Amino acid sequence: MAFDEYDSQNRIFTNVGTRPVRPDGIDKVTGRAMFGADMSAPGMLWGAVLRSPHAHARIRSIDTSKAEALTQVKAVVTRADFNEGASQQDVLDNCMAGEKVLYDGHALAAVAATSRRAAEKALRLIEVDYDVLPHVTDVDAAMKPDAPVIRESGGDESVPDGFSKNVMSMCEFGHGDVEKGFAEADLVMEKSFKTAAAHQGYIEPHACLASLGNDGRGELWVCTQGHFYIRNLCADVVGIDSTQLRVVASEIGGGFGGKTTVFIEPVALALSRKANRPVKIMMTRSEVFRATGPTSSTSMDVKIGMKRDGTITAGLAVNRFQGGAYPGSPVDMGAMCSFACYALENVLSVGYDVVCNRPKQAAYRAPGSPMAAFAVESVIDSLCQELDLDPVEVRLKNASREGTKASYGPRWPQIGLVETLRAAKNHPHYSAPLGPNQGRGLACGFWFNHGGETSVSLALSQDGTVALSVGTPDIGGSRASMCLMAAEELGIPYEKVRATVVDTASLGYNDVSHGSRVTYASGLATIKAARDAKQKLCGRAAKIWGIPEEAVVWEDGMAKPAGHNAGEHDPLPFAELCRSMGQTGGPISGHFEATPEGAGVSFATHLVDAEVDPETGATRVTRYTVCQDAGKAIHPAYVEGQFQGGAAQGIGWALNEEYIYGEDGRLQNAGFLDYRIPVASDLPMIDTEIVEVPNPGHPYGVRGVGETSIVPPLAAIANAVSRAAGVRMTELPMSPPRILKALKDRDG
Amino acid sequence: MRYESPSTLHDAVALLHAEPGLTRVLAGGTDVLVQLRSGMVEPDLVVDIKRIDGIYDIAEEEGGFRVGAAVSGAMLDEHAGVKTAWPGVVEAACLVGSTQVHARATLAGNLCNASPAADTVPPMIAAAATARIHGPDGVRDLPVEQVGIGPGKTALEKGEMIGSIFLPARPAHSADAYLRFIPRTEMDIAVVGAAVSLALEDGVISEARVALGAVAPTAVLVEDGAAALIGTTADEQALETLAAAASASCNPINDKRGTVEFRTDVAGVLAKRATLIALSRARGEA
Amino acid sequence: MQIHVATTINGDQTEYLCDPDETLLDVLRDRLGLTGAKEGCGTGDCGACTVTMDGRAVCSCLVLGAEAQGREIGTVEGIAAGESLHPLQRKFLEHAALQCGICTPGILVAAKNLLEKNPEPTETEVRFWLAGNLCRCTGYDKIIRAVMDAAAEMRGEAHA
Repeated sequence: MAFDEYDSQNRIFTNVGTRPVRPDGIDKVTGRAMFGADMSAPGMLWGAVLRSPHAHARIRSIDTSKAEALTQVKAVVTRADFNEGASQQDVLDNCMAGEKVLYDGHALAAVAATSRRAAEKALRLIEVDYDVLPHVTDVDAAMKPDAPVIRESGGDESVPDGFSKNVMSMCEFGHGDVEKGFAEADLVMEKSFKTAAAHQGYIEPHACLASLGNDGRGELWVCTQGHFYIRNLCADVVGIDSTQLRVVASEIGGGFGGKTTVFIEPVALALSRKANRPVKIMMTRSEVFRATGPTSSTSMDVKIGMKRDGTITAGLAVNRFQGGAYPGSPVDMGAMCSFACYALENVLSVGYDVVCNRPKQAAYRAPGSPMAAFAVESVIDSLCQELDLDPVEVRLKNASREGTKASYGPRWPQIGLVETLRAAKNHPHYSAPLGPNQGRGLACGFWFNHGGETSVSLALSQDGTVALSVGTPDIGGSRASMCLMAAEELGIPYEKVRATVVDTASLGYNDVSHGSRVTYASGLATIKAARDAKQKLCGRAAKIWGIPEEAVVWEDGMAKPAGHNAGEHDPLPFAELCRSMGQTGGPISGHFEATPEGAGVSFATHLVDAEVDPETGATRVTRYTVCQDAGKAIHPAYVEGQFQGGAAQGIGWALNEEYIYGEDGRLQNAGFLDYRIPVASDLPMIDTEIVEVPNPGHPYGVRGVGETSIVPPLAAIANAVSRAAGVRMTELPMSPPRILKALKDRDG
Repeated sequence: MRYESPSTLHDAVALLHAEPGLTRVLAGGTDVLVQLRSGMVEPDLVVDIKRIDGIYDIAEEEGGFRVGAAVSGAMLDEHAGVKTAWPGVVEAACLVGSTQVHARATLAGNLCNASPAADTVPPMIAAAATARIHGPDGVRDLPVEQVGIGPGKTALEKGEMIGSIFLPARPAHSADAYLRFIPRTEMDIAVVGAAVSLALEDGVISEARVALGAVAPTAVLVEDGAAALIGTTADEQALETLAAAASASCNPINDKRGTVEFRTDVAGVLAKRATLIALSRARGEA
Repeated sequence: MQIHVATTINGDQTEYLCDPDETLLDVLRDRLGLTGAKEGCGTGDCGACTVTMDGRAVCSCLVLGAEAQGREIGTVEGIAAGESLHPLQRKFLEHAALQCGICTPGILVAAKNLLEKNPEPTETEVRFWLAGNLCRCTGYDKIIRAVMDAAAEMRGEAHA
């Protein structure tokens, strides 16, 4: 159809590619933007959650009578107040423990009271009798046959004999014959790696305001990346019909994957139902660390063979990821990503999904890929050092290109890895001199990106403006991008479009804002909805002019007669058609609903300089450059922001961030004091190069950009630090004690 | 919990003494409020001392400075006299937490919180500072190194509180410095802290005090380290002896912030580096 | 027993009752409806609750509501002058210095406080002043640029 072709290659954009102020900007600089904890309701109670102090224990009994006796307490819930027949049993169990608590921080009761402090005090009156069980929190220890067992049911048939029941599944990807490949190599290198669990570290703790009657009808205000998805989860876990629960997504104070599921939301609903009053729950920071979903900690072995000219002859990766107390670590995605950057004849990547006594992992920005890249890119860098080869040239020689077969199966369409490598090579950073104790690291990274179910509605108003309704929470400025794309398509100014993230009663189902999918999928849907509206506008113009609909085209924001009617009538601008729509057939809206499957994969190359203090092991990142393929940057400032933010999170993960468990299985650093995310004085400016190799699966060529940016940093920094320190670092975080010890070991 | 904000030290002491339950003195609040919020302590009485007359004063006394118990790090930083005389103490006060914490946190509070890793305690010890303690039985002065007696424990008796810290006069050609090691550049608790105060006579170190933090249950005065410096120009040999003495005085633990080995090694490194800064300041070079 | 407090917030005389153990942050948010200050940690480690008290930036989670008696409190809601945004607010929007925006109120209050004390800060001074204000989205790059640019504009220098 006329408006549906992919046309980014030669298109001259007017709105797309500019940097207007975001529509939610003034609200966010004046303090009036409403986040999860900012909403209140008349008669509202505060909820608080009792959490296990044990890593693993059977619950013998819970006595809530003393808490219930307080006049300020209006409801207490335990597992019995939830839907035991829920289809999402793991979600239910993670929100409210059943027979066993499986990690330090696992919820097992909750209270609603007239104030937050009263609710927290009431928790201390709940008496729990625990039968404490042996625990395990390390992935390698959890895989051993004699490890304490978290789930008696054990893993599936993919798990080879000889492993603990804690190994839930095994997966394998690859092709060719790796042994043959290693035999062809001039140098084969094998190394083992470990990475610590990192938390998304969003600054806004989870918060919600729930209101539910015993008729199963309710409302939920919540900070979430996916209000449609969590509507379904909540309905399942509390036992109501999904559409009877209307969920409104608040402004969201960061998520990075961590707000793609539920923790407190079903609890607040259950408390509200029991108390028959609205209930607000806001997690403390300590609860966020103990009881939401950090990413996996991992243990990996990587073996790579290389010829003297830099050709990689074979790659083998074994990835072991613990995902907390429930199956579902992103080890499959990690294993698929291990060698995605390279066109290899012989490649094998294996993954083991392991459970242990930690909180269930949640998605964290390109789940699995940063760890896998850390291991593979570290070995490639070591090979470059040993063979005295240039790290960019080696990667260019082996890079995945259009038409080569990906290690996990598909043949690549048009992709931009080579372009990001060239951008890095041509950047002044690559050839800048290094100071004493400094090293330069380079690494590549890959992420799939995602399409997902998407529904968008675009309503025209009589004054020539547009109300755009999207169902994907705005986690990084996406409303600005949606407005740009709608304006581009309709040929009207950016300011004439208002994008709103509407509630679950106002649109069809929308998948979560994850998988770097929003600008791609909601953007595509916005463009298609605008094209739907344009089609209708052309129809109105045809009606006004009395000519066939096919004889009308849309150009420069106007309907124009075309073909043999060209020039017969004065063009009808958008605003004029809007003004008269009541007389020409009634309201006009554009719609689009689909599950787009053309999310273009995205690659990046990062360059980093690090300086290591040889006497203390302290590392300072002195220069950082991100080169990443965005396909087409809709709002370049927010694309740069994604690049910079991913790099900064990667710096934290590489150098300081880690979940530290004690011998007792308790988390020792459940706060921003000792879970050390980068502060402003830790970082340099972060240079960005937006590479644009259009994605044929999006009308404007968009590729998701949110996740790929966190894939290369762990490896790039490890490579920089290893070169600066003169010793290969294979365990994250590369904290000062770890680096100082490596330096001392090196020097004997 | 009761909240009181008396206007005299006498009244504050009377309140603290009369309360049979748990009490907390509220100065900058940057530790007390964290403890309250976490439920770690549930005091029956909190005495906010910031309405006490003169509690924000920095007064010159016998050539030194008497610093009121509510004086924040930011206020110290803005006081030219203290900053010139005791730059190490002031820089330590401005390392505790963030800008927002500097606006509130006090020397007296840092001392009374009795964390082994308190940043201002080693430089106060190096400075030979004393705490003036007000109690039901009157007033007494105690050297700073005698105030903290263990993690979270002080030598203060029931009803006692610190009213001021005294930083003594310092001789000509002398200076101090404080360095700490943290994994980030800000916002961390010291993994190791090292303070050095020294005086020069004809270019040779004539007096020195060296103190370490976060390497033992309380801050440590390293007398061997000071001895290694006295009579030298802090040449390489003296610095190595100092570093060895500093490392030898460590009795640290392995914890989430650092290992025994790391703390012991880095204590020596920081003692050397702090000495060189203090030396350069004493020579008027910085 | 609750405590009666009379204070000034963003120039307005304000009175409230609060519990003795209630923080200023809770008072602002839950009693006065000033939800611009955010609770990110409750322990003074993130800066999202930053307000000014008698002209100094403080974490309102580390101040008791009772302590505000007779003080002057400033919050993000008081930064703009009517419909005119403060230069920092404008520069944050122009530079895209926010993504999710949860840290923005605290950073604006802290940055405004810095520029009042030091109209010409270096990049390093801005970074260390704001070290107590965590941002997880931006990597700080655009925040630092926005603060520097606002400072230049407030000094009357040409647009950077």
